[in-house]
Amino acid sequence: MIDKQTTFGRVSKIVFLALSLVVTVFPLYWIVVTSLKAPGAIYELPLKYWPTEVSFENYIGLFTKSDFGQYMVNSLLVATVAATVATLISLLSAYVLARFQFAGRGAVMAAFLLTQMIPGFIALGPLYMMMSKFDLVDSKTGLILVYIAICIPFCTIMLRGFFENVPDALEEAAMIDGCSRLSALFRVLVPVMLPGIAASFIFNFVNCWNELFLSVTLMNSDENKTIPTALAGFISSFNIDWGAMSAAAVLTVVPTLAIFAFASKFIVQGLTAGAVKG
Amino acid sequence: MTVETQRKGRRRTETSGAAPEPHTFVPRKKKFSSRTGWTMLAFMAPAAIFVAIFTYYPMISGSQMAFRHWNLNDLSDTSWIGLDNFKALFENPEFGTIVRNTVVWVVGSLVPQVVIGFALALFLKRKFRFRSGYQAFIFFPWAVSGFLIGMLFRWMFNAEFGVVNDLLMKTGLIDTPVPWLASPGFAMTAIIVANIWYGVTFFAIMILAALQSVSDEMYEAAAIDGAGKVRTFFSITLPAISVTLGLTILLRVIWIFNFPDIIWAMTGGGPADQTHIITTYMIKITQEGDYGQASALGLIVVFTLMLFAVFYLMAMRPRKAKQ
Repeated sequence: MIDKQTTFGRVSKIVFLALSLVVTVFPLYWIVVTSLKAPGAIYELPLKYWPTEVSFENYIGLFTKSDFGQYMVNSLLVATVAATVATLISLLSAYVLARFQFAGRGAVMAAFLLTQMIPGFIALGPLYMMMSKFDLVDSKTGLILVYIAICIPFCTIMLRGFFENVPDALEEAAMIDGCSRLSALFRVLVPVMLPGIAASFIFNFVNCWNELFLSVTLMNSDENKTIPTALAGFISSFNIDWGAMSAAAVLTVVPTLAIFAFASKFIVQGLTAGAVKG
Repeated sequence: MTVETQRKGRRRTETSGAAPEPHTFVPRKKKFSSRTGWTMLAFMAPAAIFVAIFTYYPMISGSQMAFRHWNLNDLSDTSWIGLDNFKALFENPEFGTIVRNTVVWVVGSLVPQVVIGFALALFLKRKFRFRSGYQAFIFFPWAVSGFLIGMLFRWMFNAEFGVVNDLLMKTGLIDTPVPWLASPGFAMTAIIVANIWYGVTFFAIMILAALQSVSDEMYEAAAIDGAGKVRTFFSITLPAISVTLGLTILLRVIWIFNFPDIIWAMTGGGPADQTHIITTYMIKITQEGDYGQASALGLIVVFTLMLFAVFYLMAMRPRKAKQ
């Protein structure tokens, strides 16, 4: 049965997979096509499915009429720093949760899982007030701190799964050889778990890069704004400039898309490692 | 929490099975020195501090607003008002619509996501050329933020210049353009379509991973016993992955429930507040300044989801025992 495949089975498989691929990729294709039309050509009927005259006007406008370059730099900075710090912190907490049985271990896990269940808006008001007290509203540092906190729970849960795949004999041997626990962790375990750590980092990075409601709440000056805040600004006005919007969308998606395509194998491993065994 | 204990139990046997020395068969509860205790504390501290300050403190402080008059437009009076915020919500004529929309949004998105994702996983299970390349491609929705997905589909569902209407007219399915986002029923359909598009990959990948963990011997045994494809699917495949599938669905329900981004970008809850789900409505009243009512709504969400999770896990249990 394993090796038999009927012609009908094969055809239906190909049709299904091809259809899924087209449906999945089409929205991206469409936004790229839209972004490459001249601003006026976007609102021309009949629709053109292929840009006959490629125009970069939308992209140029984005950088000349708005500070989109600045927003991209801000997003890159915030997401990179937050994802790096969150991954390092989670590495430590995940290690403890994976390796030791202690009173309160279940409670810590539950507290982390609970953060995934509560709608964030309940916290938005008080968070804003707290941040303004510490003068961290409209500050990249402030946004980074908040992003670190929202990345930690899921990242810890994910990394814990990876630690459990590595035998603890490994760091025990290193500790017998005179390593401290911290250096055993970084010298012995981290190299072994690199794919998992990479997956966690990427996951954090993409989450921070895409995060919307916190950045909209906390950031407002052009100097500090990140991409999502700028994008949200497009819909506050009644008429959406679809040309600028689609160009901005393409520029936002391309970096994450590149990372995901490059690392999809790691991410799949990372996300499924815990779930499948559980 | 039930999940946790089950998991732990299983883990323990796994570790002991893998360990070579017989004495490690004892559950791995080591006595550690106080030095190790301090190390653990130091390792745990940064994560705990961050989550406590930036997540739990605002959440708890936000929760108590639910029982207060807390309106940004009038901060002179922030007195305790008991359950008045909840009462106001239940008496709101829109509340029924919002709850109904939330159910439609969760069920309408989830069921197609599971079915299509399952089919995709089954087709991807057998190796073929370009499979990893294919997987990387269908992965793409994940790289896009919920807000941008909303904007992408808002543009595609545009009544006048939208590609959806254009394609439907070209194939002759409709004669006149559908005002997708201008009428409640169509708008609801459009936002659910966008969400299905987003979520299929997630299920495909989780289910695929689960399928790959089922041993070939089981299928071989079934084949020897003369089981057909359908029978094999229901008697072998489905039971073998039911736990993973069940937990994945639970997590997704919680997640979709709390996922206002697509709707916020596509319709903003409109037309005429007819496509609000609970969380988008929460954003709306937050923006209007009524933090009290918004957090009352938030508490309703938390309570509902916890209740759901408990019942769901209880319902899943007997199936697990049978295995």
